[in-house]
Amino acid sequence: MTHLLSDYIPIVGEDVINQLKQLSCPLSGKSIVHINSTRVGGGVAEILENMLMLMKELGLESHWEVIDAGENFFKITKKLHNSLQGWEQELPEDWYQTYLEVNQANAERLKDLLENADMVFIHDPQPLPLIQFFPNRKGKWVWRCHIDLSRPVRSVWKNLKGLISQYDASIFSLLSFAQPLEQPMYIIPPSIDPLSEKNIPLADEELERSRQRFGLKTGVPLLVQVSRFDRFKDPLGVVKAYQLVKKYRPVQLVLAGGGATDDPEAEQVLEELKADSQNDPDIHILDLAPESDRTINALQRLADIVLQKSLKEGFGLTVTEALWKGKPVIGGNVGGIKLQVINYHTGFLVDSPEGAALRIRYLLNEKALAKEMGRKGQKFVKENFLITRHVRDYLTLIAGLIKGGGCRLQLD
Amino acid sequence: MPEPFKIMDCSLVPISLGISAQNLREFREHLTRIPLESLYSHFYENLLRFSFDDPEFRNDFAQWAKRALHDPVLAERLGVLDPYDYPGLEELRNALIEIIDDRLYETRYIPWARPGEEFYFLTSQTVVFDTGIIANTPKELARLFPRLSSSSVYYHFIEARRRLGAKQDDFSNWLKDFGDKYDALIKSLGEVEYYFLSLTELKKELIKIFSAIARRNKKSKG
Repeated sequence: MTHLLSDYIPIVGEDVINQLKQLSCPLSGKSIVHINSTRVGGGVAEILENMLMLMKELGLESHWEVIDAGENFFKITKKLHNSLQGWEQELPEDWYQTYLEVNQANAERLKDLLENADMVFIHDPQPLPLIQFFPNRKGKWVWRCHIDLSRPVRSVWKNLKGLISQYDASIFSLLSFAQPLEQPMYIIPPSIDPLSEKNIPLADEELERSRQRFGLKTGVPLLVQVSRFDRFKDPLGVVKAYQLVKKYRPVQLVLAGGGATDDPEAEQVLEELKADSQNDPDIHILDLAPESDRTINALQRLADIVLQKSLKEGFGLTVTEALWKGKPVIGGNVGGIKLQVINYHTGFLVDSPEGAALRIRYLLNEKALAKEMGRKGQKFVKENFLITRHVRDYLTLIAGLIKGGGCRLQLD
Repeated sequence: MPEPFKIMDCSLVPISLGISAQNLREFREHLTRIPLESLYSHFYENLLRFSFDDPEFRNDFAQWAKRALHDPVLAERLGVLDPYDYPGLEELRNALIEIIDDRLYETRYIPWARPGEEFYFLTSQTVVFDTGIIANTPKELARLFPRLSSSSVYYHFIEARRRLGAKQDDFSNWLKDFGDKYDALIKSLGEVEYYFLSLTELKKELIKIFSAIARRNKKSKG
């Protein structure tokens, strides 16, 4: 579902929307192309869909194309993706050749559009080599890296660095995710859409239906963690924290995730979780289908406290979603969680299940403080991590690169 | 009649310099080499970057000294620095290095940050644009003030000092064109302790000052 700029006015205020209109006015008619690897599923596709509609409404000629490739290519790029995040992977001997060939075929298919665009955004490693097939490109090309590139596997990095250095600029989500590169490295955090199914306000009746659907008790505090069944998200640590709290007071836990059907590791984690929860009826492990945005929205809204006890994390948009819903968050002291969870203000950062248990007990006891944290968290997200800020950042970057003029540019 | 006041606005995106420091000595070395723009970014432009609205110290250096190096003395010394107390950014750089050298001399060890708590130097891309809104009179500006974005307030009140020189801002400069009629207002604007305010707080403070115009107009009519 797409939304108009005016739909956001009641949420962010007219001044924010006016600012976008004023900033985009001198860029009217510029052609902007985004290339990524998928049109559905995943955070990047979700952000692109909404952002493109808003950019179009602001007068930019926006296009979104998806790289066309077979299963073998995506197997290779999945391994590249993991290697860039520091996980050693075994790549086939001819991986680089396949990687280039598929991109060359896509370059031929998209030649006119890409060669003449004023601005091209290439998202993540899959379409990265496209640039080298456009020696006569007219516009500026930017590589948008959505992953943590702070410690890439060196052998892979050596191959890809040459491709990245051909770009006019790159974008990273956090300062700590960037690698030293010659071109400007812009820092643009991701965002959530307050009007998406995952974030829109829900009626009390719908929340009640969700409570009943999952057999959740009324009047018993609810802890919720939403994330893949992945060791880096530490779901076993969350169960341990819950068990430590339960010694002192009644409490219930929801661990909502997905991916267990096609990921062998997730399946194993799920098995361990079931063993650890010892048939406790107050632990609800939900393996949700990918299209469960509204269910996740309801669970986050039903929670008293949201947990994101990750051991390694990217930006952590589930934290952003929870804060937006006015929930205090207890999060692992890693990655982008550290930017969003501010001790005693929007929640607590913890380094162990024991730490999480202590903070859960504290917040369940200090209801007024928990409420105040929720209020602060929502304000924090409103000012910093909604899609309108994301659009503004892109417009600023586009203006800076297209118009030139160095670090400080005055638009006419 | 002076020219109308053109309300401008600005937007910025941080740019990583690809340089980070793990300890105070490394930090000092980088400080001697980073572009001067970066100093300004860490002192003032952080008001426009995403951050929690209630930091203990206003500049990034002092915040890092407290949060990551756990050195409250250094944090306080860095936190009190105001770039506009110096003729230029090069002098500010020298003052920073002096403070750090003093601290390195006083302490028996080099303060370190844990992995993940490094200091990342940055600069920014700033774009200034016209909002298309003008105020013909101070009374009109006072009326428009609540509608100004925080970044617009930043541009006219804080960034202006960089363009016009310390202790000057766009509002006061414009008001001076009306002779001595608004001297009291200009004096009040000059007394704002902007360095300790978030942009939301600064905007509130300026709205309060500007509302004096409306009050005065009412009185004179009465």
